[in-house]
Amino acid sequence: MANSLFEEKLNSDEFLVTTEVGPPKGVEVSEMIHHIDILKDKVDAINVTDHQSSVMRFPSLGGCLLVKELGGEPILQMTCRDRNRLALQADLLLAYSRSIVNVLCLTGDSIDVGDHKDAKPVFDSDSIQLLKMIRTMESGKDVGGNDLKGVPKFCLGASVHPEADFIEPQLIKFEKKVAAGAQFFQTQGIFEVASLRRFMQYASQFDIKILAGIIVLASARMAKYMNDNVPGIIVPQTIIDELASVEKGKGRQKGIEIAARLIKTIREENLSHGIHIMAVGNESVVPDILEAAEVEVARH
Amino acid sequence: MIIAEQKPLQEIRRMISPYESVLIVGCGTCMTVCDAGGEREVAFLHNALRMAQAKGGNETHHFLEFTLKRQCEPEFLEMLVDKISDVDAILSLGCGIGVQAIAERFPDTPVVPGVNTSFMGISREQGVWDERCAACGDCRLEDTAGICPITRCTKGILNGPCAGTKNGKCEANKDMDCAWVLIYKRLERLGQLEKMRRYYPMRNFRAVPRPKRLVKTPVVLGEDNG
Repeated sequence: MANSLFEEKLNSDEFLVTTEVGPPKGVEVSEMIHHIDILKDKVDAINVTDHQSSVMRFPSLGGCLLVKELGGEPILQMTCRDRNRLALQADLLLAYSRSIVNVLCLTGDSIDVGDHKDAKPVFDSDSIQLLKMIRTMESGKDVGGNDLKGVPKFCLGASVHPEADFIEPQLIKFEKKVAAGAQFFQTQGIFEVASLRRFMQYASQFDIKILAGIIVLASARMAKYMNDNVPGIIVPQTIIDELASVEKGKGRQKGIEIAARLIKTIREENLSHGIHIMAVGNESVVPDILEAAEVEVARH
Repeated sequence: MIIAEQKPLQEIRRMISPYESVLIVGCGTCMTVCDAGGEREVAFLHNALRMAQAKGGNETHHFLEFTLKRQCEPEFLEMLVDKISDVDAILSLGCGIGVQAIAERFPDTPVVPGVNTSFMGISREQGVWDERCAACGDCRLEDTAGICPITRCTKGILNGPCAGTKNGKCEANKDMDCAWVLIYKRLERLGQLEKMRRYYPMRNFRAVPRPKRLVKTPVVLGEDNG
């Protein structure tokens, strides 16, 4: 039996659509609520980011509670940067108790790229060890070997970077994530269909679902900024040129068009099991992208 | 080797301000090699403090200098016994271990640190040192082709690179090599990539609680050779 609506969908042959919301820095959550409201019925699940880019914000778990309250399906993003194994397990217990069971296991960006550069980086575990930790909890024990009162069950995801400029070590890590219990992968931003096609030819040997990451760009400047400052992101020059070719104020529309075109190709060529749209602070355009890409989700 | 750098003169002057007679103690081992607190640096610092005092006008410190072979060994510290009877404080240019060894040996004499102890590393070129060991107490260099991910990966992760690596460099610092790219390339060269495919569990921090203590049972070399 599936542990969540999202897991049920994962187990089907339907095309999967997820997106993400970034919580605010502060307690004013009305904009996040608005984003959840306009997205919850258009996607299969909504990730809530965990201090994305190491910038301190309202927590992922709090955001997931809001998604639940508003009738959506949350995916809890969990990084190992800020919590040791005690804190991670405790948050997982709380998540499960509130029916938040979809968890995306990430190592987390370096403290150095964020807004609290003097903080102590924790990294008591990495993404693979976190996957194993959760599978251990599902066996009724904590990672200290002690019995848990009540046994939680989760649906676990991880990330992979098909466009990494040095792919071999990333693929070894991907296989270790599969072995550690990842059921689905949301990839880092894909910009070239060819690299996704190549990656899927390799990944199809594993019994997991791949959701191709789609980053929504709003200008050439943003693309260049991400290349320079966001860990791992590589936006190709052709996309930057395309964004630069439109007149001022039309970048956002161009970004929607590029994302929708990519999604259409992925669907037409059956290149992945689904997509994960990352609008990075521009969440309100996600419905427009889905409409332009002619993607409709039947939520149960 | 332990690497350190001398503290700013202003900070050193603030720390010694309550004391009239100050013994500057250098260390002849690591601090000498990393140019932070050997005999030469003791002499430079002595001069700098005297000049600063002469400019400032109203301070009346009296300085003495002495460099031990090693501040971290009790037998060398005994050489300070005769020298500290008339001093109000010791300004140690030893690493953090040296400063504390002095504090333990001389309970009635204040000691202040003249250097910031930075890391354990190797000399790269003149004036450049790189960190290489985190003294984690659980060496796994056999699994990682002699390149330490705990020290050289900014996240200290054990199961391969994060997705932030670009052009072989670290997401935290574009001038710093990604330790896991180096490990991968060297394992590949050695025909040992299977070591990277293994799962490495979370570290056991209890195996090496802080503060650590190492107790060695004396062993006579060769006793097992018949």
